[in-house]
Amino acid sequence: MENFLASLFTFQGFAFYLFSFLTIILFWITVMSNNVLYAMTSLASGMVLISGFFFILGADFLGVVQLIVYVGAIMALYSFAMMFFDATREIKEKNTNGAVVFVLGGLSALMLVLMFAAPIHSESIQALYPMHEGVGNAQDVGIVLFTKYLVPFEVAALMLLVAMIAGIILAGKKMDQSLTEIMDEDAGEDEILTQKDEK
Amino acid sequence: METTTLIGQLPEVTAAGVAIKAILILAIISAIAGFGTYLERKVLAFMQRRLGPTHVGPYGLLQIAADGIKLFTKEDIVPQHANSLIFKVAPVITAATAFIALAGVPVFPDFTIPEFIPVLGGTFVPSIASDVNVGILFVIGMMAAGLYGPLLAGMAQANKWGIIGAARTAIQFLSYEVVTGLSLLAPIMLVGSLSLIDFNEAQSGGITSWFIWQQPVAFVLFLIAGFAETNRTPFDLLEHEAEVISGYATEYSGMRWGMFFIGEYANMITISILAAVVFLGGYNDFGFIAGWIMILLKVAFFFFLMLWVRAAWPHVRPDQLMWLCWKVLMPIAVINVVVTGIVMMV
Repeated sequence: MENFLASLFTFQGFAFYLFSFLTIILFWITVMSNNVLYAMTSLASGMVLISGFFFILGADFLGVVQLIVYVGAIMALYSFAMMFFDATREIKEKNTNGAVVFVLGGLSALMLVLMFAAPIHSESIQALYPMHEGVGNAQDVGIVLFTKYLVPFEVAALMLLVAMIAGIILAGKKMDQSLTEIMDEDAGEDEILTQKDEK
Repeated sequence: METTTLIGQLPEVTAAGVAIKAILILAIISAIAGFGTYLERKVLAFMQRRLGPTHVGPYGLLQIAADGIKLFTKEDIVPQHANSLIFKVAPVITAATAFIALAGVPVFPDFTIPEFIPVLGGTFVPSIASDVNVGILFVIGMMAAGLYGPLLAGMAQANKWGIIGAARTAIQFLSYEVVTGLSLLAPIMLVGSLSLIDFNEAQSGGITSWFIWQQPVAFVLFLIAGFAETNRTPFDLLEHEAEVISGYATEYSGMRWGMFFIGEYANMITISILAAVVFLGGYNDFGFIAGWIMILLKVAFFFFLMLWVRAAWPHVRPDQLMWLCWKVLMPIAVINVVVTGIVMMV
């Protein structure tokens, strides 16, 4: 308890507890809210606050990447899907067995806590690739990526390439035709309609 | 905390200095946003052979005050079926992210408050409020987060024009972020750093060392993408009045609408500063002209360029916008990065 109070009054400690508290509250809203807009807003702002943790730890580069990737790209893609809902109305959720959800959720949460808390308890946690003084974060991340994690990194790149090609093939069936021009000609419109009927 | 200073050894940056800087940025940029509307109307009027605002005050200068009074005193309406909390938060997101992005770029010269002023005397006020090592990415990331302003605004207001505006926000900002990132990647490769100070120092050797000569393609790409990211004509599809009334801002009035406006102008200034620092030599001295005057001139030029383009070009259609981004700009940006890489290796 004394440790907690002492750390609360340092700049880093205060920032950490503030960010943790806000992040948990925001993600709680994300899970519990029936409203699409609230869920989306709180998830996005939670992601912003998580980047705050990276900044506290001095990992500026990762913090900014968290901002760009999660807030700027992934959440924005979610919001594309949200366009199909009436954002001002509440969603009726189909709740399955509450007890099962509670037990499964609780167990997985417990497992996560154990996994992350175990090395801290034994105090055997060590930085295998510590940050170098005077060298930027980006360089450190780059060195590790291109030495130890080269294979997973390249595999991830290949997977993204595969996903991109698949996406283009799925979306690009009639890419060489302009949709507006098809609409102008009646014949083209019929074609689209018949396609819909077939589906 | 270790802080990098601009030129050689400057006094240490203190928390008070950063706080003063933050207040300065907020106050001055907000004021410039107001003055920017006057400039925009005058420049547009000049180019379209009109007079612009003339009636209020000398040369219509007090029009800013009149507009301000109008914005502050206008009735604040929240539509009946709108999600009122998100509706109220959205403009704040736009304004806040725009100003947070300004924390990462050099705004105004650094100075020390004279000793004779009580309490704050001797405090060093830095040029960059928060000098993170990854400044350029921080600014891009914060501007990326700014898309939630128009997006949430459009979705919360229970208005079909708003929804269309929100959808266009997501498409346009996401697409052009790719071009911004890729176009900045080539100069980043040349400098080998993400810090704006390193960018400035890499171009300290006079006008020939400016990156615009080495990276003309990246410069043009960045400018085009910058227009799209700041929602300026010819890419202002988010609030294209001929198609979607006012897009995401349809239901907004008074100061809430004003905050969107201030955010847009702050973003214009951020993009201008970024373009000046990355491509046009930053705040280096130019002959006998001091560095801080140079960067003000460069930013003013980019600001004027945005008004100029608005007067000169019509809007593009949404499909043209997407075509331009994915079929023209992005391939060119990728080729530019690859060519830069090959040239650097050889």
